[in-house]
Amino acid sequence: MPPTAFTPSIPSRPVYPGLVSRGATPALMLADAEGALALADLAASDPAVMDRAHLIYIPAGSDHGARLQALRPAQFHQAPSFATALPRLRKALADAHMGTVLYLAGTEGLIGQGLAEALAAGLPADAIQSEHRGSIARRMQCVHCKGVTEDVTTDPFTCSHCGLTLFVRDHYSRRLAAFQGVCVDAEAPGDIPETQEIRP
Amino acid sequence: MTARLLRVAKITPLSPLVTRFRFECPEGGTLPLFSGGAHVVVEMPDGGLLRRNAYSLISDPMDGSGYEIAVRREDAGRGGSRFMHSRVAEGDTLRIGAPVNLFSLDLRARKHVLIAGGIGITPFLAQLRQLIRLQLPFELHYAARSRAEAAGLALLPDLPQVHAHISDEGNRMDLGAILAGQPLGTHVYTCGPEGLIDAVAETATRLGWPRGALHSEAFLSPPPGAAFQVRLARSGKTITVAPHQSLLEALEEAQVDAPWLCRGGACGQCETVVLSCKGRIEHHDHFLTDAEKASQTRIMPCVSRFQGEDLTLDR
Repeated sequence: MPPTAFTPSIPSRPVYPGLVSRGATPALMLADAEGALALADLAASDPAVMDRAHLIYIPAGSDHGARLQALRPAQFHQAPSFATALPRLRKALADAHMGTVLYLAGTEGLIGQGLAEALAAGLPADAIQSEHRGSIARRMQCVHCKGVTEDVTTDPFTCSHCGLTLFVRDHYSRRLAAFQGVCVDAEAPGDIPETQEIRP
Repeated sequence: MTARLLRVAKITPLSPLVTRFRFECPEGGTLPLFSGGAHVVVEMPDGGLLRRNAYSLISDPMDGSGYEIAVRREDAGRGGSRFMHSRVAEGDTLRIGAPVNLFSLDLRARKHVLIAGGIGITPFLAQLRQLIRLQLPFELHYAARSRAEAAGLALLPDLPQVHAHISDEGNRMDLGAILAGQPLGTHVYTCGPEGLIDAVAETATRLGWPRGALHSEAFLSPPPGAAFQVRLARSGKTITVAPHQSLLEALEEAQVDAPWLCRGGACGQCETVVLSCKGRIEHHDHFLTDAEKASQTRIMPCVSRFQGEDLTLDR
């Protein structure tokens, strides 16, 4: 599965330029599902990138764990979800020094949340790289109840917290690592457009 | 440029070569406050010549009772520092521009590492006051050849974060040791000779630091060179730039309106369009990109010169 090509949109919509090795510097790597393939490609372009890498992988239904381990990162950890990977990510960021590079690969929800954690820990934005692979499902925040619905693949969708029918916008919050969902039938209740699959 | 006449309130020698000047309002009022890293342009009427040199402010940014600068005498220089050292006395008045900051602290940083070489300590003296007032984490490294030459030592606070590296005492600055192991969110600021700025950039890059965390200010004065002629299309004049004069100074002498701010090739304010160029522009600024320099379509008159047959500017 190649890197995802997204349709150009508004400036707030994140873009993921792809991973480029910065060599054998201390590195944190965070990937979910098909994001493993981006890390495999990175290691193929420069095997030294794994020498000082701490790799955290969330399979999310895929089975690339063994393949990543075979790339021989300095540390490898597999976690069942982002929430369970978070304590380790936070500890690694707290112990990191200037010169550390963060490689993020996989879905938008993972990249966005990893980026927000790293920026909050003080890692400079120009030390963070990202590459999108796999599902284009979005992490959406309901602007009305503020609840976050994960893995949204249709537009409109139903807020998993308050039940409103929400329109999927490209308007994105880096702090929340979520796109904004706005009530689609506020002016004419019940007048809901036909549900469509989200496109890249 | 808003300049005002200020009185030289006090002159204090700090080392054999470096002297501190304190300026105050002649009427006793307060001056605008500034931020650490700011500089002022001092106007020096030297015979028929009006010299304008930029100096970092070294006094407390939150103290409007006066501005202080430290001037190192450069006997081989163009004459500005010699003028300050030999012709200025307490009680004199000089025209001083409003503070401008092209080397401010990045307050998003989690920690600030300041690296000074020689007289490059000056902007950090004001930044230190600001960092201490804001209670921000910092460390300062000050490199000098000898204790006698280290004019800044007497002005530095006695704090554990302040480190002096005196090379003739066998205590040279080790940039690798300073930059390795800094916490996430650290920014590094360098002021001093080009060699030091390049060495910090090189060491930081080798250690994987991103460029956005690196800041620097070189104290660049207009380099001398061969005299050259310039045609000015808009004002219809042809001027000659003398060997120890900058193009900007020649424009001012010819009463041609030319904007400026830092007079040191950093800010970009004096950027001027080149209409035709038969020869080679000697770009000395830090503002234009390499591609812009190569295209020879822009020049920074404050520091850059020209060699060749014809240079025509849109002035």
